[in-house]
Amino acid sequence: MKINSTEIIDTFAEAFKMYGSRAIITAETKQWAMAAAQSMTGFATSVIGCKCEAGIEQELPADKTLDKRPGVSVLLFAMDIEGIGKRLMERIGQCVMTCPTTACYNGLTSDNTVAVGGQLRYFGDGYQISKVLGNHHLWRIPVMDGEFLVEESFGVQDAVGGGNLLILGKDQKTTLRAANAATKAMREIPGIILPFPNGVVRSGSKIGSKYKSLIASTNDAYCPTLRGAAATSLVPSTSNCVLEIVIDGLNIDAVEEAMRVGMQAAAKPGIKQITAGNYGGNLGQFHLHLHKIINSN
Amino acid sequence: MSLTLSLHTLPDVPIEADVICTDKLNNVNEAALSALTIFHGKEQVMLGDFFKVQGKYDGEIRIEGDLSRIKHLGAGMSGGRIIISGNVGAHLGAGMSGGEIIVEGNAGDWIASEMIGGRVIVKGNAGHMVGGAYRGSPVGMQGGEIIIHGNARNETGNAMRHGLIVVGGNSEDFTGVSMLAGTIIVLGEMGIRSGAGMKRAPSFPCIRQKCFRHSPMLAPIILLMCESISHILKSTDYKLMMHS
Repeated sequence: MKINSTEIIDTFAEAFKMYGSRAIITAETKQWAMAAAQSMTGFATSVIGCKCEAGIEQELPADKTLDKRPGVSVLLFAMDIEGIGKRLMERIGQCVMTCPTTACYNGLTSDNTVAVGGQLRYFGDGYQISKVLGNHHLWRIPVMDGEFLVEESFGVQDAVGGGNLLILGKDQKTTLRAANAATKAMREIPGIILPFPNGVVRSGSKIGSKYKSLIASTNDAYCPTLRGAAATSLVPSTSNCVLEIVIDGLNIDAVEEAMRVGMQAAAKPGIKQITAGNYGGNLGQFHLHLHKIINSN
Repeated sequence: MSLTLSLHTLPDVPIEADVICTDKLNNVNEAALSALTIFHGKEQVMLGDFFKVQGKYDGEIRIEGDLSRIKHLGAGMSGGRIIISGNVGAHLGAGMSGGEIIVEGNAGDWIASEMIGGRVIVKGNAGHMVGGAYRGSPVGMQGGEIIIHGNARNETGNAMRHGLIVVGGNSEDFTGVSMLAGTIIVLGEMGIRSGAGMKRAPSFPCIRQKCFRHSPMLAPIILLMCESISHILKSTDYKLMMHS
C-alpha cells in the first residue's frame, strides 16, 4: 500500500493496556498555565524510566474551563491505578502547586478515582479548607500568592499506551520535517498525547541487550549506521534516517485516528516507508494494523 | 397531568401542611388527597377544606394561591418537584434531602431549615433563618442549594455545615452566624455581625459583590463560585448583573 510515494508496510503497532488520567490546569494567563503543564509533563517520556508517560493534550480557552481562566489539559498514563495516584500527587504538588496563580481540576469522569487534592491538602498545615461546589470537591490550600485550588480526587480509566509509527526517510532533514508534520496533525486529535520531546523519539529500543543488566537496548534493526553490521536490518538502502512517534491515548479509537492522520501527514516526498514497531504480537494487548487503520477512513 | 392544589379558602391562622410533600402523595387519588389531614391552628381539618385538588402526582406538584399562611410545605421531601406560584409560609422544605422547590413569590421564615440535600429556589424575597438550625440544634443546613433571587433577612445559614446559599439581593444581620462550613454568597450588602461565631475563621465564605472584582488572591475559587451560581441562576431564568 502507498500514500503518495511512501510505502506503508503491512504490519502493526503493538500497544499496551495502561491507565490514564486528565488534569486541567488553569492560571491567570495562558503562559502560566502552560508553564505548569510543561513542568508537570517533563521527564515523562517512557514508563520504563520515568514511571509514567505524560503530555499536553490541548490548550483550553477560558470559556472551556471550570473557573473561566485560560487552561491546559494534561494526560498522564501509568501501568496501574496506584501509580497514577502517586505520579499525579508528585507532579501536581511539585510542578502545578508551585506555579503562580494556578488551579488544578480533574478532567476525567470515572468510577475509579485517586486522591490528589485529598493528599496535597496537608501542605496547608491545618489552614486548608474543603469546598464543595456542585459535583466538585475542592481543597483551598493557602500559598504565598493566595490560594492553590485543587480537586480532591481525579478519575482514572483504562487507556492505551505505546501506539507508534516509524518514519523512514532519505535523510535527517526530510524525515524530521515529515515527523514534524505528522505530530502537528496528531496533536489535533483529542484524547492522545505524544510523550517524547516534541512528540518524536530517535532512540527506539528493542527488548533485551547483550548486557545482562539491561532490559532494553538500541533498536539495531532500524539504525541506519548498522545496516551492514546488525544481524537483521530493516532500513532499506534508500533510507538514512528513522524517527518514531509514540502515541498514548485514553481509548483505542483516538490512538488509531492519531496514527491515521500522522501517516497521511508524514507521507511526503523523500519518505520511503512508514512502518510500526511490535514485538511479534505476544506482549501487547492491542494490535494496530497500519493498512486497516488507513482503510477504515 | 401533574397534581395541582389550589387554595380556595384563606385560613384564619396558619395551616401546618407537611402532608403536601412529594414523598407522601404517590398513588393517592383525588378523593384520598382531599381527605388528608392538616392542622388549621390546633384543629384537624381535611386538605379539601382549603385546597381544590386536581390530577394525580407524577413527580410534580403545583400549588396555587396565597400560601403565606401555609407552613411546612415539602418538609422532609427526598425527590420530585414542587412549584409554588405565589407566596409561601414558613418552614418550606424544612429538613428536605432531595428534589426541588421553586417559589415564584416570596417565602417566609425558616425555609429549608436543616436541609440535607436538594434545591430550593425563591424568586422573590425570603424571611429569617434561611437554611438555619432550629433553636437548640447545633447544626443547620448540611447539604443542597438555596437560591434566593431577592433579599434574605436575619441569620441566613445559621450553623451551616455544608451546601450553598446564594442571595441575589441583600441579607440582613448575622449572616452565617455560627457557621462551620459551606458557602454563602451574597451579591448585595450584608447587615452587621456577619459570620459571628464562625468556627473556621480564615474560611469566611460570605462573599459580597465587591469581592468578585477585587480578590485576585482568591481568583480561582471566586471565579468557580461565580460559575457555579451563574449556572444555577441560568437554569432559573434569573438575570444577574454580577459586575455592574
